[in-house]
Amino acid sequence: MAFDARAGLRPEADAVSVFTAMRVVFVRDLRAAFRQRQDLLNPLLFFVMVVTLFPLGVSPEVSFLQLAGSGILWVAALLSVLLSLDHLFRHDFDDGTLEQLVLQPQPLFLLVLAKTAAHWVLTGLPLILLAPLLGVMVHLEGNSIAVLCLTLLIGTPVLSLIGAIGAALTLGLKSAGVLLSLLIIPLYIPVLIFGTGTVAAAAEGAPVGGYIALMGAFLVLAITLAPFAAAAALRISLSNS
Amino acid sequence: MSEPLLQAVNLQCERDDRMLFRDLSFSILPGTLTRVEGPNGSGKTTLLRILAGLNDAWSGQLLWLGKPRARRREEFLHNMLYLGHRPGIKPLLTPVENLRALMAGRKAMSDGVLLKALAGTGLAGFEDVPCRRLSAGQQRRVALARLLIADEPLWILDEVFTAIDIDGVTALEHLLVQRARDGGAVVVTTHHDLQLPSMQRICLGGADGL
Repeated sequence: MAFDARAGLRPEADAVSVFTAMRVVFVRDLRAAFRQRQDLLNPLLFFVMVVTLFPLGVSPEVSFLQLAGSGILWVAALLSVLLSLDHLFRHDFDDGTLEQLVLQPQPLFLLVLAKTAAHWVLTGLPLILLAPLLGVMVHLEGNSIAVLCLTLLIGTPVLSLIGAIGAALTLGLKSAGVLLSLLIIPLYIPVLIFGTGTVAAAAEGAPVGGYIALMGAFLVLAITLAPFAAAAALRISLSNS
Repeated sequence: MSEPLLQAVNLQCERDDRMLFRDLSFSILPGTLTRVEGPNGSGKTTLLRILAGLNDAWSGQLLWLGKPRARRREEFLHNMLYLGHRPGIKPLLTPVENLRALMAGRKAMSDGVLLKALAGTGLAGFEDVPCRRLSAGQQRRVALARLLIADEPLWILDEVFTAIDIDGVTALEHLLVQRARDGGAVVVTTHHDLQLPSMQRICLGGADGL
């Protein structure tokens, strides 16, 4: 090339590895979130409230709660993840960091995966940590609680990953909430069915290996495909802004 | 004459049923300053976003070093720096953290270099203050600090002079001229009356769309 050496093309060797770039995105998201802790508490509080209101609103009977408990916890977890989804890209979109993320010289879907991982650590993981406590509250047995936590551990990352697609698609809209729910909830239903089905099977003493394996398959599918879709959706949303 | 970094051939963009520009052809050569001019709403920002690869709603051809850009996206992004309307600064993080996050995906850099760059834009003493407590101009200066350490040959800068004080504007003009002299290519839009030597102009808007 004929450019001046000082401003010539950047050497390929200067490129930052994609793992470093992913780590930077992950750490930045966690750091920003911990500077605004009330946003972190929101989905958690919602989760606890919904689960607490069920015994009050429907029936405090042990037999009812044992039957419905896992479903209540799963639905509450699902809604609380849904509640936090709009924040996944919205702040970054507003302050311009999303543009810079898209322009980073690394594959965008991996950076999106890092962002989604941060989202899960901030919303999904705390729900799983709280689940045993709420499980005791709705009179679930020890074994059921363990299985419930396991299904949440496999299931909530799927919720975050699928949600990332919806959040990316609705980014350009002013009030994205309703559309986001309409887009995402149908895709959440299989996860919910298998999540609660696993716990129900465990409560009856049936083997749950097959259910867990199927949920694992959901997770693998979501990890491999959702970041591609979310990255493409981000490009479209930014293109139209 | 050296090879153009970026070449636009018959670029056309339509937005909300309105033709912003068509048959727009130009070359961005290393060592040149290019100013995109036009009234509000004439598509300056859109053109810059197209050049940066943020907007895909266009037709025509964009060549990076003579070859279609779409096929060399990562190489292009590795060599291009874009600063938009929105500065890309997270209000909750401090200037150092912001700069570190912005640079870390592009080039490994020590904190010393980052602090020096921040000091260079007049932010010494504000390194550890969350950016939301800084003024609009100071926030822009955090983003501009990148220009002091960037080694990308192509800079695309949208409204860089916004919210910057007079001294800052002079320093920034000087930086851009120096950059072009060193062989970098700079594309800017601004409403500020920029008079720089050997500046290329791209005019948008007007009666016939060009």
